[in-house]
Amino acid sequence: MGLREIENLSGSGVLTTRLDAVLRWGRRNSLWPLPYGTACCAIEFMAVVASPFDLSRFGAEVVRFSPRQSDLLIVSGTIVHKQAVILRRIYAQMAEPKWVIAMGACASAGAFYDNYCTLQGIDHVIPVDIYIPGCPPRPEAVLHAVTELQRRIDAGVPPRSQRTEGSA
Amino acid sequence: MSSPSLDRFRSRLAGAVREEPNPFGDTVFRVEPSGLRDVLRSLRDEHGFDLLLDVTAVDRLELPDSKPRFDVVYILRPSVGSERVRVQCRPPDEDLALETVSDLWKSANWAEREVYDQYGVRFRNHPNLKRILNHKDFVGHPLRKDYDIKKQQWLSEPDDLMDEMRKLRGGAEEEESESVLLNIGPSHPAMHGALRALVDLEGETVRHTVPEIGYLHRGFEKSAEKGTYTHVIPFTDRLNYCSSVMNNIGYCRTIEKMLGIEPTARAQTIRVVLLELGRIMDHLVCVAANLVDVGALTNYWYLFNERERIYDVIEALCGARLTHCYVRIGGLAHDLHAGFEEGVEGILRELPKALGDVERLVARNRIFLDRVVGVGAISAEEAISHGFTGPCLRACGVPNDLRKDEPYYGYDGYDWNVIVGTRGDAYDRIWVRMEEMRESMRIVAQAMKKMPGGPVNVDDKRVSLPPKTEVYGNIEALMNHFMIIMEGIKPPAGECYGSIEAANGELGFFVVSDGTGKPYKVKVRPPCFYVFSAFPRLTEGGMIQDMIATLGSLNIIAGELDR
Repeated sequence: MGLREIENLSGSGVLTTRLDAVLRWGRRNSLWPLPYGTACCAIEFMAVVASPFDLSRFGAEVVRFSPRQSDLLIVSGTIVHKQAVILRRIYAQMAEPKWVIAMGACASAGAFYDNYCTLQGIDHVIPVDIYIPGCPPRPEAVLHAVTELQRRIDAGVPPRSQRTEGSA
Repeated sequence: MSSPSLDRFRSRLAGAVREEPNPFGDTVFRVEPSGLRDVLRSLRDEHGFDLLLDVTAVDRLELPDSKPRFDVVYILRPSVGSERVRVQCRPPDEDLALETVSDLWKSANWAEREVYDQYGVRFRNHPNLKRILNHKDFVGHPLRKDYDIKKQQWLSEPDDLMDEMRKLRGGAEEEESESVLLNIGPSHPAMHGALRALVDLEGETVRHTVPEIGYLHRGFEKSAEKGTYTHVIPFTDRLNYCSSVMNNIGYCRTIEKMLGIEPTARAQTIRVVLLELGRIMDHLVCVAANLVDVGALTNYWYLFNERERIYDVIEALCGARLTHCYVRIGGLAHDLHAGFEEGVEGILRELPKALGDVERLVARNRIFLDRVVGVGAISAEEAISHGFTGPCLRACGVPNDLRKDEPYYGYDGYDWNVIVGTRGDAYDRIWVRMEEMRESMRIVAQAMKKMPGGPVNVDDKRVSLPPKTEVYGNIEALMNHFMIIMEGIKPPAGECYGSIEAANGELGFFVVSDGTGKPYKVKVRPPCFYVFSAFPRLTEGGMIQDMIATLGSLNIIAGELDR
């Protein structure tokens, strides 16, 4: 379902569709991200929501710091072992369906912090839907990740949180 | 370095201290553990060294003189003035402990905790000697040379911080009727992602605050020991990531001090421009976030747009928006690009408009003023005891600024003012930053005008890569290139402290070289670590909402705080 169908509604007042299609349409266009910003990437995330890049063009600007009100966890920054335990708890508090974007090299794989305190990628503790490379990624890359996620939601790809091991 | 107060100190304490020769011109006094407190107290009370900048330790395990193994380092400075003194003391190996100085300086409280956490040196009579950067289940001390860099340790449950809270509440605590415990952060919008505070509330009034840090402790110092001196530069980018280039310059300047080289006139002037643009970028984020925290969202768009404008210029210069990695030991990665000047002109033209817009929105706004005036105030004396530097100390009325106190890169040749506040509250801290941006613009304009020509890298085979045409053309240059890349730059063996005035205050690097191409130790003196140590003092007795306004005005950057 897209804009065209909505426009066609005028006059007829009736639209037939499937329930899951409506749900997907709603979810795709109103992702509410929880910006789990810990480090440098969080500053780039600030740029993503500021006017020049403007995440709201994709319906995902309503950032919510409460995990219970958000469905997209954007982990932007290094996660160290001290933080990992908090991250797991926040993720567990989010309601299904929920998606996770690992923004940047640290969240994806620990980046060059290959040392005693840094988690080597958040997928050691929570499932990740989309990884964004870069240190930090450019704002366009974040927008790309969000639109890619929207495409998957549209296509009915289940979030990683609902997939069992090995069903990639 | 010779100064009247130090000469007096030397003659008075000739018996208790021994002055150590330092190859880099630093003043270093060696004391026995028994005399440590007296010497430090005398330096503070009688000789004006009232600012304890940093405390750290060196694990001498792999150095020639390794008995006793640990060397604890105290770095001091007068709150106004440029002299610096290091007092070093080696606790005996069998009883790895020194007397605390946390009663003399409040800044020593966290600094000693960090030394304990990272090196395992204990401090007798310390009020709260527990881990600070690593988590509570961590076993061992990661900065010891025999701790494997890749040995990770998992945490299963966060610290509930109740041990500290119980102490603050006093003996008869438990069921006090009106008091409520509230945990804020680390995942909380106002805690900026990596800070946490447990507060004890009576109604909306904060009775006690227990902050916890270390949520972004990603092992900068251990990682820095693993590569060459040049490899450390990208790590410095990610300390205070709001103004990466300032960290690059602070680090490179320290290594240059060790090597005894001075950048070329052009490199120095470019560095001044970048330092001031960095300061503006940093202050823009701080003020924007602070205003968002108190509800003035519109200002964020105005200020962040200007940051984008600076990003564009910096990106054209070095290819990165945030983590610049543009400065090199001995100069810069390359010269300015064509169009840099126009870019900077654009910034200088547009920024005052944005600042004016913000000023019009908030300067006389009753809601804003009620939220920040008189909130989170601290006296100059206490701020100095906590180790404040930079805008937070200047907001208390102390004209502490290394650019004036110890002019480097020709800062004394520019016409600009040090901005100071009067009350040391959140309002003053915001306004000091707003005005500093204007002063920075003045410096940038003057520096661009006088920009000298010439090379940007020193002509020194020890540090500067030969031009590629040479490398491919003759064997000498090829070898030279190979040696710098493979073995690295080799500063002479010794210990050196160097610092610059970064956006948050004095950003120092204490570097230990063993004469090889890899640093033996790189310790950062992070300005906001000490600022944040005063957070309980700034918030206790205030309202819970004042806590948010106060935190924003301190500009705590986790990358620098936790390293």
